[in-house]
This record gives sequence, C-alpha cells and structure tokens, in this order.
Amino acid sequence: MKKIGLIINPIAGMGGRVGLKGTDGADTLQKAISLGAKAEAENKTVKALLALQEAAPENSFIIYTCSGKMGEYACQKAGISPIIVYHPDAMTGAQDTKNAVEEMQKRNMDCLVFAGGDGTARNICQAVGDQALVLGIPAGVKIHSAVFATKPTNAGKLLAAFCQNKTAEKESEVMDIDEDAFRNGQVSARLYGYLRIIYAPNLVQSLKSGGVFNNKEANFGIADYMIDHMEKDVYYLIGAGTTTRAIMERLRLPYTLLGVDIVQNKKLICQDANEKEILEMIDNKPFKIVVSVIGGQGYIFGRGNQQFSPVVLQKAGKENIQIIATLDKLVALQGKPLLLDTGDSVTDKLLAGFYQVLSGYDEHYVYQAVYE
Amino acid sequence: MEKKKIVYPYIPNSVEHVKKEMLDEIGVESVEDIIHKIPDDLRVKGLLDLPEPKLSEIEIKMYMEGLLKKNISCSEYTNFLGAGCYNHYVPAVCDEINSRSEFLTAYCGDAYTDHGKSQAIFEFTSLMSELVDMDVVALATYDGSQAVSTSLSMAHRITGRNEFLVPETMNPELLAHFANYTENYASIVKVAYDKKTGKMDLTDLQKKISDKTAAVFVENPSYLGFLQDDAEEIGKIAHAAGALFVVNVDPLSLGSLESPANYGADIVCGDMQCFGIHMGYGSGLTGFIASHQKPEYIMNFPQHLYGLYENEKGEFAFMRSLNDRTSYGTREKANEYLGTNSGLWAITVAVYLSLMGPQGLKELCDNVMYKCQYAMKKLSQIKGVTILFPDNANFKEFVVNFDGCGKKVAKINKKLLENKIFGGKDLSKEFPELGESALYCVTELTSKDDIDRLAKKLAEILA
Amino acid sequence: MQKEIKLRNFHEAKWDEPIVCELSVPGQRGILIPPAEKGIQNEIGDIEKVIPASLKRKKAPNLPEIAQPQVLRHYLRLSQETMGQEIVADIGLGTCTMKYSPKINEQFVRNSKFADLHPLQDDETTQGILEIIYKAEQCLKAISGMDAFSFQPGGGGQAVFSNASVLKAYHTARGEGEQRNEIITTILSHPVNAASPATKGFKVITLMPDPKTGCPSVEALKSVVSEHTAGLFITNPEDTGIFNSQIKEMVDIVHSVGGLCIADQADYNGLFGICRARDAGFDMCHFNLHKSFSSPHGCMGPCCGAQGVKEELAQYLPKPRVKFDGEKYYWDYDGKTSIGKVRKFYGVVATVLRAYAWIMAMGAEGLREVADTAIINNNYLMKKMLTNVKGISAPWQEGEFRMEQVRYSWEKCKEDTGVGTEDIERRAGDYGLQSYFLSHHPWLIAEPMTPEPTEAYSKADLDEYAAIFEKISEEAYSDPELVKNAPYKTAISKVSHPGIDDPNDLIVSWRVYKKKKGLK
Repeated sequence: MKKIGLIINPIAGMGGRVGLKGTDGADTLQKAISLGAKAEAENKTVKALLALQEAAPENSFIIYTCSGKMGEYACQKAGISPIIVYHPDAMTGAQDTKNAVEEMQKRNMDCLVFAGGDGTARNICQAVGDQALVLGIPAGVKIHSAVFATKPTNAGKLLAAFCQNKTAEKESEVMDIDEDAFRNGQVSARLYGYLRIIYAPNLVQSLKSGGVFNNKEANFGIADYMIDHMEKDVYYLIGAGTTTRAIMERLRLPYTLLGVDIVQNKKLICQDANEKEILEMIDNKPFKIVVSVIGGQGYIFGRGNQQFSPVVLQKAGKENIQIIATLDKLVALQGKPLLLDTGDSVTDKLLAGFYQVLSGYDEHYVYQAVYE
Repeated sequence: MEKKKIVYPYIPNSVEHVKKEMLDEIGVESVEDIIHKIPDDLRVKGLLDLPEPKLSEIEIKMYMEGLLKKNISCSEYTNFLGAGCYNHYVPAVCDEINSRSEFLTAYCGDAYTDHGKSQAIFEFTSLMSELVDMDVVALATYDGSQAVSTSLSMAHRITGRNEFLVPETMNPELLAHFANYTENYASIVKVAYDKKTGKMDLTDLQKKISDKTAAVFVENPSYLGFLQDDAEEIGKIAHAAGALFVVNVDPLSLGSLESPANYGADIVCGDMQCFGIHMGYGSGLTGFIASHQKPEYIMNFPQHLYGLYENEKGEFAFMRSLNDRTSYGTREKANEYLGTNSGLWAITVAVYLSLMGPQGLKELCDNVMYKCQYAMKKLSQIKGVTILFPDNANFKEFVVNFDGCGKKVAKINKKLLENKIFGGKDLSKEFPELGESALYCVTELTSKDDIDRLAKKLAEILA
Repeated sequence: MQKEIKLRNFHEAKWDEPIVCELSVPGQRGILIPPAEKGIQNEIGDIEKVIPASLKRKKAPNLPEIAQPQVLRHYLRLSQETMGQEIVADIGLGTCTMKYSPKINEQFVRNSKFADLHPLQDDETTQGILEIIYKAEQCLKAISGMDAFSFQPGGGGQAVFSNASVLKAYHTARGEGEQRNEIITTILSHPVNAASPATKGFKVITLMPDPKTGCPSVEALKSVVSEHTAGLFITNPEDTGIFNSQIKEMVDIVHSVGGLCIADQADYNGLFGICRARDAGFDMCHFNLHKSFSSPHGCMGPCCGAQGVKEELAQYLPKPRVKFDGEKYYWDYDGKTSIGKVRKFYGVVATVLRAYAWIMAMGAEGLREVADTAIINNNYLMKKMLTNVKGISAPWQEGEFRMEQVRYSWEKCKEDTGVGTEDIERRAGDYGLQSYFLSHHPWLIAEPMTPEPTEAYSKADLDEYAAIFEKISEEAYSDPELVKNAPYKTAISKVSHPGIDDPNDLIVSWRVYKKKKGLK
C-alpha cells in the first residue's frame, strides 16, 4: 500500500477568477476574497481524488493529510477517509505548507501530492528539496513549473498508476515569476529549483520507439560529449540546470544547480560565479557558455541565469554558446522556438538564429532561438 | 482515333468513372490540382523513357520466361560451386510455407495482427539457439557477411578496442564487406596460416595479439574447406589477451560438429542459406548472430530481438524488445543502422530445423562429409591434380590445385562446362599464392556418379 | 447517395498454438536423409573416425522431433494467425508502400531456371538473369534520372549505408575524406538516414521541421553547411506526405559548399513519372524495390535497396556490376575505386527480377497511373478521415493536399477520451485491419498514425477503412475502456505490460523461457 501525503494550498487559484495574478502575500489574498474568489484548489483536488479512486485497485493507497481546507474536506467529498497529521489555523499561509510537509516527512510518505500553483511548488521545494517524490495538482493561477500534472484528473490517474508501480520519476523545474512584475504586465519566470516528480513514460511508445526513456542516461551522454570535446585552456561557463549539472557530475566537480560554475582544463575554477567574477575571470581569454533549455517554455537566457549578462553574452558571441537539451525536451517544445530574454534587445538580436543543440553523445539537432 | 484508356488489373481505381467520383469527393478536377505546388522545373515532362509494356499477364509470362530460359541451372548441370552459396536440398514444406501469402506479404505488423509471424520468428531464434547452444539469437541479418561484420563490430563495442585478427584464408567477400563496414575505425590484421594444413598459425597469432585486439576471428569450417580443429586453443589465446573469440560457422555442420559456443566462442555467426532456401543466384542468403545471455552482449546487438511476454490470459506475445539499441529507437545513437533484412528466410529456417530434427541434421552432415572425403580422395588420384591441405578433415569444400598439369583453372572450367559440369570456384585471383587452384564443393545432392564423372572428365581434360 | 458501409463481424484465426519445441515426440521424423552411397562409405570407412575428436559434437542439438504433417500444420496455423498484406487491405503501414505483389512474378522467382542458379556460374549460363539485371538498371535510370545503379544492397537501410560509403569514397578521393565528416538529415527522414552514415563514422546533424510548413527550413540548413559538410540525406516528401517544394534550393545550398545530396526514395509511390531525384539536383538516391516496385515484403525481407548514382560516382559503386558488350552480358569485377562489397554476391536478385517484371507490366503510362492513383487514394482517404472521424487531425499545412501518405494525430481523441493511438491501433485489428504505422522515433506529432493507401486499394477498401476508424472513434467517445482493452478478435489478447528495460529480463528463445520458469 502506498502512503500518499496530500497538502492543499486552499487559497491557490483564488486570484485568477477575479483578475489578480496569484495570491502570494496576505494583502493580495484579502483583496481576492473581497472580490468574491472561491476555493478552486479544493474542487480540483476532489477531481483528482475521484480519478485516483476510480483507477487505483482497492486498498492500494492510504491518504495522509491536514485538517479542514488543507485536505480533509476534499477527501470527504471524494469519499475517502484520510489520516490527519496536521491541523492548521483557520487562515493558512506558507508556513502551514511547510509544517504539513514536516509532519508528512516524519511518517515516510511514498509520495507527496500538493494542490496549488508555482508559489506552493516553491514552498514545497524549500521544504523537501530532493528528499521526497512529489506531484502537483494544478490549482494555482501561475503554472510555470514543470512539476504539475496536465490537469487534475490526470494527476489522479498518474497516482493510480503510481500505486501499481507503473510510473517513473524525473527531476523537473520549479519556476516562479516575480508577482509584482507580473501584476505590472511583465512576465519574468525564473528557475527556483528542482523537485523529483512522478510521471508516466508512455509504455507503448517506448516499446515501439525505444525503451523507457532514461533522462539521466541522455544527460550523461551530453555531458560525456562536452567533456570529450573540451578545448585546452578554454573557460567553460556551465549554466544552471540538471542537464548542465551532469557535466559537473561526470567531471566529479562540485556544482551549483542554480548558478554558473566555471571550468578550465576539466578543473573547477570558480563555483557559483556572479557576473563580476565571470568578467574578471575571462578577461579577454577564450571561453564558452554552456546552457540548457529551461522547462517547457524554451528559455535559454533570461530565466534564472542573470549571471550571463548582456556584457558576458556579447563578449562570447553566438558561436561560443553551446545549448544542450535532450531530444525529449526539444520535442516537448512542440515546434516552438527557443527563447532569448537577456533584458537587452541588442544582445537578443545578436544571439538570435539557429543553434546546433547537443542532445546526446554526438547527437546534434538544429533549432532556432528567437526573442520576443 | 482516340487512344483507349488502359485499365490496370493491379490498380482497381484506374477505372475512369471511379476516379472521377473520387476526384469529385476531394473537390478537384484532376491530379494536377493536387500536385500543382510542385515547382515546374522539378516535373517530368511527358512520359518516362521506358520500353513498351507487356500489359497482359500472358505477355509478361512469355517475355520473362523467355529470358529465364536462357539460363542453365544447377538442376540441369552438375554443380561443384559453393564458396558461400550452396546447392543443398530444399524440403517441399519449406517452399510451401514461405509461399504462403500471409508470410510472403507480411511486413512489420504488430504482435496482435501478425502474431503467427512473431511466433515463427521466436521459433527461429529458439531453434537456432538450440543448434548453436547459446541463449540469444537476433532476427536474421541481410546475409552471412553482414553477420560477420556486425559480430566483429559488437566485439569492438564490448571491448572498446579497434584491432581485429582474422585468418589469411578468410573468405575475401566477407573481408571486403567487413573492411568497408568498419573503414572508419578498424585495423584488420591477417594471421598467417600453416601451409600444410591451412590452419591458423598459432605462433603468428601469439605474436600479433595484444591489448589492442578486439576480437580473434575464425571460420570453421574455413573458407577453403578445412576444419580448424584447434579452435579451442585460439579461443584461449584470445581470452588471455582480453579479446573476444568470434567464430563464423556453417550452421549445417553443427549436426555433427561441435558448436563454437562449446569451444569458447563469445559470438557465433554464419549464413543460413543452407537451411531450406534456394540459391536464387545468391538471393537466398541470410545471416545469424548468437551470443550468451549477457547484458553487455544483448545491448550491443543492433537487430530486432523478439522477446516473449505473457498476458493475463496466459497467452504468449512476441515483441521487439530493448529498442533503444536499434536505430528505430535512437537514430544515429544506435549500435548500428537497422533496416529490413531477411525475415522470410528466418521463418524458412525455423521450418527446416523443425523438419530435420537432430537426427536429420546428423545424417545430412554425415552424407556431406562422406562425399567430401570421397571427392578429395577421388580427385587426388588424377595425374597433375593436388588436393591442398590434405592432412586435414574437410566438411563440404576443398581446394584442388592444378599446377601439376600446367593448365589454368579458367580453361579447365570452360572444358568442364562443355561437359555440363560447373567446376569449382577459381581461386587464382583471390589467393595467387595457391597457384592455379579451385574451391570445390559437394552436398547431399552430389551423387557418387557426379563425383566419378567429374574425376573422369578432369582426367580427360588434363591429359 | 453513399451506400451504407457494413462493418465486418471479423475474427482472426486463434489457434493457441504451442511453441514448436513443445511438439516434439522423440523418434519422430520430419524428413529422411539418404546415406551416402555404399561405394563411398566403403571407400572412406567410418565417418566418425574422420571427424576430428576436438570438433565432434558431444551433445546432439536439442531440436524437436516432429513428423512432417505436424510440422506443416503448425506453420500453416501460424500463417493463419498472420494478417500479412494480401488478405487484408493493408492501408495502415505508411512509408512501407504495401501494394499488390503480382502472383505471376512469384512464379518467375520460384522457377528452377532462377531458383537453382548458383551465383558463381559462368556468365555464359546466366545470360537470362544478367539481361534482366541489366535491363532493370536501364529502367531505374529512366525513372530516377541517375546514371548507374547497384542492386547489391539487401534493403533500404543497406542502400543508405552504401550511399554513405560512396559519399565517403568520393570525398576521400578528392583529399577531403577527413575534413568532410558531417552529414545533415531531417528528423522526419527514416532513421537509417541518420544511423547508416553514423555507422560509417559521420557526425550527424538533424534538422527539425518548421512548425508552420512541416518541412525542414532552408534557413536552418544554411546555418549548418560548411566545409565539413559531406552530404545531405533527405526524403521528399517526408512521412507527412507534404512535398517540400524548396528541395532544389536545399540541394543547391549543399552543393555550394561542396557536399553531395542523397535522396531516400524508399517510398517512391507518389512520384513515378512526376518528379525525378536527379532533376532536383540529387547526386544519389535509392529505391526500395520491395516497396514501390511491388516485390513482397516477406515478413521483413529479403529485399533490395537499389542504389542509384550520377555518372561521376558510378566508379565507387559496390562491385561487381553487370555490363553488356553488345553481344553478351557479363559481370565486371574491375573497379579499383569501388567501395567493395555491402552484401555477398549480387544482392537479392529475386527482388530485382520481380521489380523488373512489374515495371515491364506497367510501362511508362502505368507507372504514372500508379502515382496518380496513390495520390488520389490518399487525398480521398484524408477527406473521409478528417470529415467523418472525430478526434483526428492532420497537423501542419492543414487544408492542403498531400502526396501518397499522411501523418494523422489522435491527440484530440486522447485528450477527450484518454484513448490514444496505440489503443486505436489494437482495436483496428478487431475489424480485420492490419496494424498501422504510428511514427518513427521521436513522436513530433502526438498520438500519430501514418497510413498509406497505395494504388492497390479500391474505393470500397478506402470507404471501409475510414468507416472503421469512424466507428472506433465513436467507441472511444462512448466507451473508452472498450478500446483501451482491445483487441478481442485477433490471435492473442492485450498484453498489459509489454516491454522490458533490463536485458537480464529478455526471453528471446524457448530455452531461456524454460530456464526462467524452471521447466525441463
């Protein structure tokens, strides 16, 4: 039997219907409620739970959750009797999410399910890191992170598959935007971290077009090719992300998941470098930038790698930028181009065009990068 | 007079009114409206420059059979050619099954709709694995030369080494294939042979083997017919250097000869045309590769592996497995490229082995080996004829040398042809050091009379 | 008025047939082998003494012992559990060009005048087959515009490999073998266009389709050609059936940097008499004679990938090649610059023979009729599918016509009902359809389906085909579980968890199955 922890952020999604972009912060929430916002997250969770019940074998799971709006009510509506492990105050906040996670962690959940948006995902990410397997039920206004199921019923189906050991796991991006900027009409999501999520590789597709896709192996293929082709004395600026991390892992070097590490002659020269350090380090010496594609949106610059400033990028030039991404990641873009948002239109223009994306050991796909 | 539109028997919709109805449904006047976006400079102007067609089946039959009549086949003349394609007996049931419309015309249909095909393929691998005494056999390759090239490429991938030691007596066709196949990385080193026995010179092998050697390759029986009876020793030398031992075998010989798997081979390969498939001017070739059930070997096969799965009802399904190995799964990242090879022959091999059983195969081997020894003995008695490597047992082929009579093989073969005999393959270009030599082959279809007549005619020609 | 289409109440043969190894009865014989003549035995003595002791088989192979009628029956049953192409309207297997293989051609290859020819016979005794090969080459030259053909490759993949080998030889001869180490292909070209050159050691650069046109972008190609470019391996139309009208421009771009262009024309069915590779500037091409040229597919071979090249490259083709001196046809083994061998002897000549007979039965007009009908059939079927079938679409260039095939998507159906393309494919078997081709890896189009209604299918076949998918779609929307648990009427039922990740779990032979199950 699988132990599933359920945490609902009851206020998630409340801003959307009333024209607010997110509910992070107490003031916004009050505004949302005064505008007549309703609890979306609970309804969506009920849908997910119903789908789970329908598809999962009997007695294949047990739900641990919090009292009231943070899970108990949703379970009742779905006809499930859960074990309550945490009792929040009437007015819940981010701290309750963290507290709930802590209680669940003590009880060794097989999987943590949360209903919310990017903000909730960030809270979960801070609380569990890579210590738990999670899945998000999409219920917030902002869904930029790749840790959510495509819709609530799919979350339920995925959990049912998980109960029958038919799922795999992968690391996915937790993205969030600056809500103040968002409310002012600017979209600027950035990478905040990674969560280990459950997902269902398409079994039949894998039968026809290759074994169950192994992300890790593909990342190592990319890393090995990069390492085998590293030029002497050239500085390699390794950007943020799990695809780039594989390079550092293969080199057995410490790494910064959300920062830039500089490697020369296969040795770490500077860890988590900021723009200033980068500029000092490279001076006028040869260097290359290695970046991965962020999430499903296709950003390569301007999302969580501000260290690669316009000055750094202009010094590098298009020809010294190596984009790395697995073929699955490229295919998931569904034909959409890679995106540049360096904050400087001249730089964006300079870097736009076609790139040979490295997607495995000696596998090269030509892909276009544009700016908006 | 207006030319009447032809209605083609192979094209049901070539009837005008049907075509019109379909174009109406599509909403166009003609095909031109559909393909108008093809640039004009890419279009063929007028009709292709082809001969006048033979539209009726009667005409095409007369025409094609008229051409085929110009051939003289091995069922008309007495054949002593082998060298990689063999005139063995084809049991009637083999032809019956591979003529079946379902098998003949199926392609890559899946485990449900083409269950029978998939099971037949699994039976092919199962029967071959018994014959070779190894657990893993992949779907048949294009031919025996592809089987050798892929086996050796597997050795390269498994060991990470690039050098291959092959016998100097290796079939030149296999060698040419392998050389082209691995041109970008392989270094091929020939190991000398013992002039008396033809066998690989183990001293030379010891000298040439090193930690660069990916594999030591032998043919057993060899291209020149003799048996490498110390193959086990070669395998030990290979293994001591960390190299693989790859053996190309005539699978038919395994009815009475030991499988290379049991004298140390890591990979066994060969051509199975001998198993119930007509020569068809070389069309009948089909290769196999076998290994032990070891992950590093399995993952280095580039071909389809048909795995067995059971469903809830306890039914067996047979499906292509571990497809990431193949280029269908991972394109250029795959072990090697994979395309359509020779599935119908794999099924024919399954039928053949089911018919033969262990007893049939043993009797067949005995028959062939008897005839081979007899032919060698008989021909050796002719003045001016020498059998090369006589101190050795041969399976079904042997080298006849004519240096003693001063005549060229080409000339001799022309004379034999006048006597309705296809003489052995001329080796004078492939192995100049063997002088005027020819590779002779006998099978169960070669009678004592055939051999006696050959000896008689040769004696006359050489006299 | 459209006639109402009655769907069949179909059931495939289901024999529950054991594995052949289980049929063994010790002592039974499927066939007897005569012993060598007494005279020989007397002369040689005991054959057991001739076999070297070290090579004597210690344990007889564990092959089954089965009487002849039971062997025949077993394989006949397996054949009945195989749909193949001729019994069903095999419209589904796109890119494979499943068309009628004329029965008369089968008689030719089974004629002893062909079947019993040894490849090394004196040319004097094989003038008929040499003439056929020679004339087949002349026909293919006319069809493609190329100047020389080799029939040695035993399939499409091997033909692409052989083309990659010629490409390498060409650049090497010009002293650029090392420098020109990159080939360019497209993601929608058959995987061998990436894999065969990679096997030959080339670095592979892959172009993605433009999201609007579905065709590779000229700009993308421009961005990757250089002095390292050896060649472009490309299909047109690709699996989508969309004709790439910029193909000549792409060829010119590659030529401008010194590379060569190779057309994969494995499936040529929509182009006979309409477009020739050479006219678009291609330097090489290949045809799958078992596809467009009617030779049967034979459960995945044997077959022939006819490799065509322009004059300058003919010297690199595999050897030998058939020549004609005005009187006699002969094998020419000369050619120091030849790449050597890609297959033993001359390839699958049986396939060449059938293809030649087919070309001769069709003629120039007939070949054009093949293309025209293939195009009409395809667009007719597309109209029916997109109009009548809920949940299906044809992404890229919507509303435009296609050539000989279409890659459809069941994405909408999957979103709406949870029923995806694999479910639908299995369900199609219940209506007597051969499984259909989905897509090569990766799936750029979600939930793909790629049928190809060649000229061999009638209007009634197409109507029935569309009606079946209309019905299955209705089922998906009304009773998704029905489709998801299909098939019910094929030789075996659904396997819930096919596929393995661990090679240790592989069961590729009966003896491994027995070992795993602890059976004797």
